Amino acid sequence: MTGGGKAGTLVWALGCLLAASIAARARYVTDISAFLPRAPSATQRLLVEQLREGPAARMIIAAIDGGSPQARARVSTAVSDALRAGGEFTLVSNGSPATLERDRRFLFEHRYVLSDAMAGEHFSSRGLHEAIGASIEALASPEGPLLKPLFRRDPTGELLHILDAGSRSAPHVEAGVWSSRDGTRALLLLQTRAAGSDTDALQRACGAVRSAFSQALLPLSPPERSTLHLLMSGPPVFAVTAREQIRHEALKLSLLSALLIALLLGSVYRSVPALVLGLIPVATGALAGIVAVALGFGAIHGITLGFGVTLIGESIDYSIYLFIQRSSDWRTTLWPTLRLGVLTSIAGFAALVPSSFPGLAQLGLYSIAGLICAALVTRYVLPAWLPGELAIRDLRPTGETLARVIDRLRRLRWLLVPIVLLATTSLYVHRGSLFSHELAALNPIPAADQALDQRLRAELGAPDVRYMVVVPAASRERALDAAAAVGTGLTGLVDAGVIGGFESPARYLPGLAVQQSRRGSIPAAALLAANLAQAVQGLPVDAQVLQPFLEDAEAARTGGPLGRAELQGTSFGALSDALLVKDGSGWSALLPISATDSGDLAASAVERIRTALSAGPQAASLLDLKGEADQLYAGYLRQAMQLSVAGFAIIVLLLLVALRSPGRVLRVLAPLVLAVITVAGILAGMGQQIGILHVVGMLLIVAVGSNYALFFDRKDAPSATALTLASLVVANLATVLAFGVLASSGVPVLADLGSTVAPGALLALVFSALLSRGTPAAMRRAA
Amino acid sequence: MKAAIALAILVLAPMGGTSQGYAAETPGAAAPAYAEVMALFAARTRGHVAFTETHELALLKTPVRSSGELVYVAPDRLEKHTLEPKPETLILDHGVLQAERGHHRYTIALADAPQVLPFIESVRATLAGDAAALERYFAVRFEGDAAHWRMLLTPRQAALAGSVSEIRMEGERAAISSVEIRERDGDRSLLSIGPELPP
Repeated sequence: MTGGGKAGTLVWALGCLLAASIAARARYVTDISAFLPRAPSATQRLLVEQLREGPAARMIIAAIDGGSPQARARVSTAVSDALRAGGEFTLVSNGSPATLERDRRFLFEHRYVLSDAMAGEHFSSRGLHEAIGASIEALASPEGPLLKPLFRRDPTGELLHILDAGSRSAPHVEAGVWSSRDGTRALLLLQTRAAGSDTDALQRACGAVRSAFSQALLPLSPPERSTLHLLMSGPPVFAVTAREQIRHEALKLSLLSALLIALLLGSVYRSVPALVLGLIPVATGALAGIVAVALGFGAIHGITLGFGVTLIGESIDYSIYLFIQRSSDWRTTLWPTLRLGVLTSIAGFAALVPSSFPGLAQLGLYSIAGLICAALVTRYVLPAWLPGELAIRDLRPTGETLARVIDRLRRLRWLLVPIVLLATTSLYVHRGSLFSHELAALNPIPAADQALDQRLRAELGAPDVRYMVVVPAASRERALDAAAAVGTGLTGLVDAGVIGGFESPARYLPGLAVQQSRRGSIPAAALLAANLAQAVQGLPVDAQVLQPFLEDAEAARTGGPLGRAELQGTSFGALSDALLVKDGSGWSALLPISATDSGDLAASAVERIRTALSAGPQAASLLDLKGEADQLYAGYLRQAMQLSVAGFAIIVLLLLVALRSPGRVLRVLAPLVLAVITVAGILAGMGQQIGILHVVGMLLIVAVGSNYALFFDRKDAPSATALTLASLVVANLATVLAFGVLASSGVPVLADLGSTVAPGALLALVFSALLSRGTPAAMRRAA
Repeated sequence: MKAAIALAILVLAPMGGTSQGYAAETPGAAAPAYAEVMALFAARTRGHVAFTETHELALLKTPVRSSGELVYVAPDRLEKHTLEPKPETLILDHGVLQAERGHHRYTIALADAPQVLPFIESVRATLAGDAAALERYFAVRFEGDAAHWRMLLTPRQAALAGSVSEIRMEGERAAISSVEIRERDGDRSLLSIGPELPP
């Protein structure tokens, strides 16, 4: 070992020790936040907050599938009882009478504070006359049997009025519990106590549902038990699943690609020492990457380790070049080319660091640190360790065969014209739908799970809300008052048939001022009794019969304020929390709007809502959640493109400086650009919309592929050319394997990156070979 | 976001609803005339008649009277257009009842509303000549002959009966002339159906 080699080894060993201690102490996060971008605008921040932390992020829909309606109802009730007793959930609803009883009792008891009809002359003799008259008509309708028991206490029909104002969609009920319309599933709605970001607690909550379900099955007969299944959906379930999947995938992908590459190299080298030595730069690089991310970001996303598989594919190349093209003067012949290749790769990954997506930014830093480290280890540490005679298989014959193959292939370089033409045609044909415009494209949740979620939500009559009015205010009270005022305007739109309905936190918990004014509209006992006596003139009812009404009205008039505590245990508590959110500077009331039918609001309806909002004194705005989210996504797609173009520009600049010849730069880049065009064409042809990770992948094709193109640009001795070719092909196969493994991932973002770079890297090599200006005669001589 | 859940369903659970056991001792009359009447109804595809209805409620001093028209399209569409004293529209289609009264609009799936079901299903099943549906909910006692018949329907299951104690129906051949619904609290309603209206 030379002196330099000893020093290198010492630095390496110390560095590894230090890095290992940092990596061991680093914080690893495996939730889905790597996919949630940092949001620029206030509404987008609200949106992202809602997605991550809000009450909506705590809702689980559970479905009990199969079996008989009675068995499902029994299990549904047993699960609800167990979960209510357990304390993991703030809301457990399964539509059973017991669940609804609390809600109904709450609405009925507080009807005079909750009803927005309680104003002005409602309880004057005239107002009472009209309201009681309408209730008497209702008594004779099919609703009559339902209203009759309430009539003496609520002759003005306030409960019905409150219910009318609410959402009209009610889940189907079968055997006494909520069921899907087709009668195959019992449905439960659950809200976790834990915050949407506390994945550990969410996992416990999901576990509690599963164990409550298996406990509930026990009393059933074995055949009945085997027909019943539990389905779960909702953000907490997704968060837990995604975390499990990312944990699982990061490990699986790393092991799988390490194994495949080891197999490849083992069969190429036929030497265990070479294989082990070859993995040293890779392992060191991975360690360096982890340390860089831990220091730079404070925590490492599990997904970064998943992306990090790409590092294995790229950094293994360096030792492959070293071993296969080993010659005494490799430092002067091979290293400069390798160094330039490493620099172009780094330029590509550097473009990811400013990305708004934590996952991508971390991937950039991880790869830069990993590649630099792997290259340095290959250059300064590894050579000193190589035994004098590293007995790897002589790849010269393979290289010469490859040279002949390529020589023959080069005559087919005209094929590039139709290939690129086909690709551009495919891009042209799909030009309208080329780019993905929906944030959902980044969703780490598999499509099948998303479809199940949609179905369960529709069955429960709780569809995803697309439009909501956001009413910001300085305090909780002000937000509630403002929401009530905005609600008045929206009620007009409901009556006009413009919108189907809306929800408001003020509906179940009116602001104190509103409560006060509604109480104030109830006349004192003696006056109300007199009004009632006059009101029933001409109606077929005696004032005496309505004595309970007078008692309730007086109790309401003199009662205390309604607070959040009274909503405890009702489903309105959770709803009201969901619709009243505290943000940085104050509070926001959220009023989700539903369309008149099951679809989205019409553009004209959106316009009329905006007009109605701007007419009011409140600072309310209509938020299009999907539109906003997609706009957010479009911004990130744009950013990914800008970053990719910037990365490409840096690579071009680097090559210009290093090669000092525009012609050579053009020759190096041409096959890479053609590879990118071809891959884009293939993706479009397969109906795949191009998203952020595809764009990033295209940059990586250039960054990684430049290594191969640069070698073809070298003016080597003929014998070296054969070995260069062999090492290039092996290195390329290793890269394609690593990205190919990534393409097989169940996590869409990983799969997108892998399925872009794997074929791209292969094409980069093939196209570089086709376009190379080799000296066939020289190669033939060498053979 | 969780939309308001199941608000409308709340109204379907009446306060302090009680139910007593109900004997369903009388099975469907096996009289040939019953089968004949059912067959006559089954052969009918549509109907359009005028009605008057009287509700007698203990809560009210005087009965509530209304009148209007009924339209039936076999087998499961029934429309009740009340014209006097205030317009009200009820449309039963495929087991879903849609109602509109002034500004108040609501939808009830009969399967979800056992309190409402006997009021509607008794008439619908008879009009459809659907003896199986009729006997699923009611014990049927049939009297008379096809030319002039009377049926006494007693709800089979207390849970499904809601507040109905019995329903008396009279008619001639494939035409119902009156439906009297008695509730357990003594309230009753009488629906009198006139002759077929010109289309």
